[in-house]
This record gives sequence, C-alpha cells and structure tokens, in this order.
Amino acid sequence: MSEINEASVRAEVRAWLEANWNPDYGLVEWRNKLVDSGWGAPTWPKRWYGRDLPQAMVPVIEEEFKRIGAVGVARVGIRVLAAATILTHGTDAQKERFLRTSMTGEEAWCQLFSEPGSGSDAAGAVTRADRKGDHWVINGQKLWTSGAQKADWGLLLARTDWDKPKHAGLSYFILNMRQPGVTVQPLKQMNGHATFNQVFITDAIVPADHMLDREGNGWAVTTTTLMHERRGADALRGWAVASDRRGRIYEEERAEIEVALAPYKWYPQRAGRIDLVIPRARETGCFDDPVVRQEIAKLLVLAKSAEWTARRARTAQEQGKPQGPEGSLGKLAASNVARAAARVHTQISGADALLTGADGALNGTIAEILVSVPATSIAGGTDEIQRNIIAERVLNMPRDPSPDAGKPFRDVPRNAVG
Amino acid sequence: MKFSFTHEQDEFRSSLRRFFADHSPSKEVRRLMDTEAGWERAGWQALNRDLGLAAVRIPEAFGGHGFGFTEHCIVHEEMGRALVCAPYFSTTVLGAGAILNAGSALQHEALLPGIAAGDTIATLAATEDGGRWDAASTTLTATRSGNGYRLNGHKSYVLDGHTADLIVVLARAPGSTGDAGLSMFTVRGDAAGLKRRPLATMDATRKLARLEFADVPAELLGEEGAGAGSFARTMVEAAVCLSNEMVGGAARLREDALAYAMMRMQFGRPIAAFQSMKHKQADMLLEVELAKSAAYFAAGALDEGDADVAATASIAKAAASDTYLQTAIHAIQIHGGIGFTWDNDTHLWFKRAKSSEVLFGDAHFHREQMLQHQAA
Repeated sequence: MSEINEASVRAEVRAWLEANWNPDYGLVEWRNKLVDSGWGAPTWPKRWYGRDLPQAMVPVIEEEFKRIGAVGVARVGIRVLAAATILTHGTDAQKERFLRTSMTGEEAWCQLFSEPGSGSDAAGAVTRADRKGDHWVINGQKLWTSGAQKADWGLLLARTDWDKPKHAGLSYFILNMRQPGVTVQPLKQMNGHATFNQVFITDAIVPADHMLDREGNGWAVTTTTLMHERRGADALRGWAVASDRRGRIYEEERAEIEVALAPYKWYPQRAGRIDLVIPRARETGCFDDPVVRQEIAKLLVLAKSAEWTARRARTAQEQGKPQGPEGSLGKLAASNVARAAARVHTQISGADALLTGADGALNGTIAEILVSVPATSIAGGTDEIQRNIIAERVLNMPRDPSPDAGKPFRDVPRNAVG
Repeated sequence: MKFSFTHEQDEFRSSLRRFFADHSPSKEVRRLMDTEAGWERAGWQALNRDLGLAAVRIPEAFGGHGFGFTEHCIVHEEMGRALVCAPYFSTTVLGAGAILNAGSALQHEALLPGIAAGDTIATLAATEDGGRWDAASTTLTATRSGNGYRLNGHKSYVLDGHTADLIVVLARAPGSTGDAGLSMFTVRGDAAGLKRRPLATMDATRKLARLEFADVPAELLGEEGAGAGSFARTMVEAAVCLSNEMVGGAARLREDALAYAMMRMQFGRPIAAFQSMKHKQADMLLEVELAKSAAYFAAGALDEGDADVAATASIAKAAASDTYLQTAIHAIQIHGGIGFTWDNDTHLWFKRAKSSEVLFGDAHFHREQMLQHQAA
C-alpha cells in the first residue's frame, strides 16, 4: 500500500470524480454512489462508507469536489450529528439502517434534548421512558427543537431510572417522529419568527433495539452529539451554500438547502450584521461623527480579532495540533460581537430604531438585528455556561458544587412545570 | 504564516521563555528599573552573544539572521512576558527599523552590522513636547551645513534616548510644513550640542528621554524629503511589534492572577472556586486570546506585505491597548489589597500596560487610524 499524503489523496479523489461525476444524476442517486465510494465521508472507517483518512485530508478532498463542481453528501441539519453519534455508539444494525439515508438526505433528523424544565442543565431531563416488553413507552415534552416538523427521526434523551443520580438515569433513543404519540408545535420567538418547536410526546413507542448504547449511558451519548454540534457549527455554515451552477442535481441541492435554511433567515441578523455598519453610517450621515466612529471602530476591532481567533483555532485543528485555549472562545466572542453590533446599529439609526417592518430602517432588517441579538448569548449554551466551561476545562479552576450529584434523581428539587 | 506557528518558531519561543525566566526574574527587573539607564551592557551582550536577538530581523547581508516580523514579534512577546529590561525595542524596531526603511544601501552596510552584533544601541527621535505620534507636527529643523546638516530644536519621549549610541531623528527643512520637507537623519549619541535628559517615567522599566539639539551635526539618512513615508512605515512596524510585546505581558498577568486565585484561601476555599472569579478569568482569557490573534495576524501581514497592513496594525494596537490595561486592572483586583503594594509584582506589569497603551498612540488614536486606512 502506498503512503497516504496530500498528493496521493488529491490524485485519487480527482481520478474518481473525473470518472464518476455527472451533474445529470439525481441527488439521491449520486449520493448513493458517493456513499459506496467512501469519498462522501472520507474520515469514517472503510467498513462504514468511509476511507479511514485523517482529518487533515478533508480540505484537499473538498477542494477537488469544488474544482469539478461535484455535490457532496447531505450535510445540512441535525442528520450530521445523528450520523456521527450513531457511528460512535450504534450497533451494526443501527449503522446499517440509518447512516446511508442520513448521507443521501432521504431521511431528516431532529434533536430532542432540551425541555421546559431543563435548559442549561440538559441532564435534568424528566421525559420518561418506561420499558414494556420489547419496546419503550415515551412521555414528556421537548423544546427548542429545530426541524421537528420535517424530521423522520429524533435523537431523544429520556430518563429510564429515577432512583439513580441525574446523569446515570438517562438513556438515549432513536425516536420515530412519524407516529401518533408525537405532536409538533412551532414556538413563536420575540423576533416574530418560529424557528424552533415544542414536541409533545404522549405514549410514543421506541423499539428496544432503537436505544443507542446501553441503558443508563445516555449522557455519554449526548456528550458525543453535543461535541459534534460545537465542532461542526462552522463547517455547517460553509456547506449550506448552494452552488449556482446549472443542472438537475444542482436544482435538487438548491431546493434541499432552501428548505433546510428557511427557518434560519434571521440568523445573520442574530450575529449583528457587521457588514451593514459602515454603509448604514454613511447613509445616515453619522460616519463623520467622531463619537460614532470610535464605537464603529471598537466593534470592528472586536469582530476582526474574533474572526482571526477562529481562523487560528481552525488552522491548529487542521494541522492536528493539540487544541489551545483559542478553540473554546468562539461562542463567547460571538456574543460580545453581536451585542456590540446591536449597540452600534442603535446609535447609527437614532429614532429609526423605534420602528420595525416596512417602516423600519432597511425594510425592518435593523429592527430584526436589535430583537434577534439576545438569542446569541443563550442559544447553544449561555454565556454563563460558556464561562464556566472555559474556567473549568481550559483554566482548570475548581468545579462548581453540584448539590444534585450523588442523590437519587427523584429527590432532586426541580421546576414545578415541565 | 498568519494563523499558525511552525514547529521551529514554537521551539524558538520555548527557548526564549526559558532564557528570560532565568535571566529576567522580577528581582532583576526591579534592580535594573532603579538605574538611570534602565539596562546594563553585560545583560544586553548576553542577549546578543547567546541568542543573537538584535540580529533577528536584520538581513543576512548586514550581519543579521534575516528572519521576518513573525520571529521578531515572538521575541517581543516573550520579552513582554518577562518584562526584560533591555534597549531591544528602541534598537531593533525604532533604530534599525528606521534605518532599513529610510537608509540607502551604503548606509545599511555602514550602520546595521553594528546593531546586529549588539555593539550599537539605536533609537528613533520623532515625537516632540506636544506628544503627537504623527510626522507633520515635527518642528525640529535640519539646515544644510557644508557636507552635512545641523539640527536645532528638541525631541521628547525618546525611548532609551539618553543611552543610545545612534539616534535617528525626524527633522524638517526650515520653512516647510506638513508632511513635506521632512527627512530622517542620524546623530551620534555623544554629538556636540546634544543635551540628553532622562525623564521620570511612570513605567520605570521603559526609559524615556528629552533631547535638546543646538547645532548638532547630523547625516542625512536616505533621501531628502522622504522622511514622512519612512516614518509612517516605521510607526506601523512599531505598532505591530509593541502589540506583540503587550499581549505577552497581558498573558503573563492573566496567568499570574489565575495562579494567585487558585492558592488564595478565603471563606474556606480558594477564591478561584467562586463563580465571580471564574467568569472574570474566562473573560480575561477571551480578551487576551483575541488581542493575541490580532497581534499575530498583524505580524504576518507585515511579512506578507498585505496592502492594508496599516489598518491591521492599528487593529492590533487598539486591541492590545485596551486588553493589556484591562487585564492589569483585573489582575490587581484579583490580588486584592496585596496587589496594590509595591512589593507585589503586579504593578510592574500594570505600569508597563499603561506606558504601552499610550506609546505610539492609544486605542482611540488607532481606532481612528484604522477607519481612515480602511476607507483609503
């Protein structure tokens, strides 16, 4: 076997793409070929649709895909997390059943972790799973579930043992979303959008062989999913850009991405829209105001430093260097940037910041920034939780006391509702 | 490389960190900061004999190592961490930098080998009593006299100005205004008519001097009338190098404050166990790492000749100015009462943070510079 290096991988993937790529394929048809070739998930094991290649080869392969214009496997949505989690914890039968359809995009997924009573403390879930013969019966309520209406399957965290301490009583299931016991309701946010859902689960059924890993090990599995969520946050955005090329497969991919991204139209506003700051300041005539200029420049310094820090972290990861502190800071930095941007946009807009919709500045976009930014410091881990994580895991400071640790979960004080 | 150091660069950093830990403990910093010069020839020679540090960015043709700003800035960052008392910044960034930017090939050949060898201490005298960091406010005049020039006027806030062997001076032709008529000159430290007075600096580890020029003989450096451009370039480089020095100091303050919080017991536990401390430390880490990224990126931008390097340099300096001082404020707060005492070392870095914040323009100045460079 020849040595694996950048040149050999590049040559191999290029040859394969040149021999196989054809934009006239249907999306699913092409992706099935990709899955069979191993180029759709090159870092995965050969046994499971991969090629056992190191992470450092991924950018090389992506370049070759881009060069020829080839479409990749489905990567938008929770399916990526589902696949990564099943790959790590699943049985062969589960891998057989779920990996391929997640990669081809034929089946969609959602994540059922958060509950009304457990936000930051996700391990405090009270959705229950009770064993009845060869299946589990699920009852409870989940919250902040994106893509629930379109999902075929849900990654479900539920409590199987109330006498064990918090983490030890949890198990992880693959829930069929298309069954009578599962009801999905959109949840309207303060900015008027409804990106997320509430999922009500009443006597829903999960076959025993759709538990992931073993009973009581649900928290370890959840950690795997969350780890991939954090790691993939940047990559996902990159993949959600549709090609503007013409051809049947591109049309299909564009449609897939459009549907997947429709609920997230306000996400750029949530991040603060730094790109609009200087054009807006010019437009409103305050770009010459030295006070405004200082505030704009403060924001740009912060945003640039954050961007370069993310690039440092990504470069270190690509080079296989051990992760430095810069890798844990992105989320907190993004909150600071978004908050600063909302302040500057308010300052630039003046009285226009009172209005929204068609009456608001930029047809309501500025107003949408102002009422969307608060999500940044909450979603995906609050700033406070991020600071705890940084302090405890990066700086090795003492952990917070956990009064619930070691106690049977049924004795732990919890929210009255939920 | 802007986003990652090579293995060799990491090794270089580690060896410097070990060397400075041995040679510049705070006891040594305190000893040197109490001297009028602020440094000693023996220690300076060790830096150059053992490590060749003055030569890092000087081209090989002139006795240097020919490295880039990335390597040069690793030295600054490590010196900033250890608060090394040496005329390194003045000699290599200001003196050698101005000579490289303004001087002719013959002048490079004449002046740089001495600097690279560690024999010549050099600096740049540009700012005057007005304390402005631009070229246009220069009032010191250069008058032609025979084959050379005579300088008349004053300079202030000159880094190591009272101990430098060679002083590059920004001066203007009599009657000129603005950026026109400005040129760089070299003056010997012991030149006739030059009076040098050390200033009482709040940061005793960074020595400044006021210089008075009464008919001081000077040699033109490079082309007549090109002073504003080479000064501007030197200030961009200075902002980047200082930013790297500053993030080194900020990281050191953060680490020392963390170590203190981990061992300081109150209410029956280390104060590091309190969430208010943990969150403060997390914010400090975030700010320091962000400022580091800007400083590293700016050094890479100089090496790669980025067109918008002036804006990038100002981003780095603005970030470093705010971050270093804020980190110092947090560090003193974390230390509590003991952090306000002379015997505790925190104030040494606090004062360095303050002097670095102001030197070559504070955060407000650089934020405005950044916008102007971006718009250009």
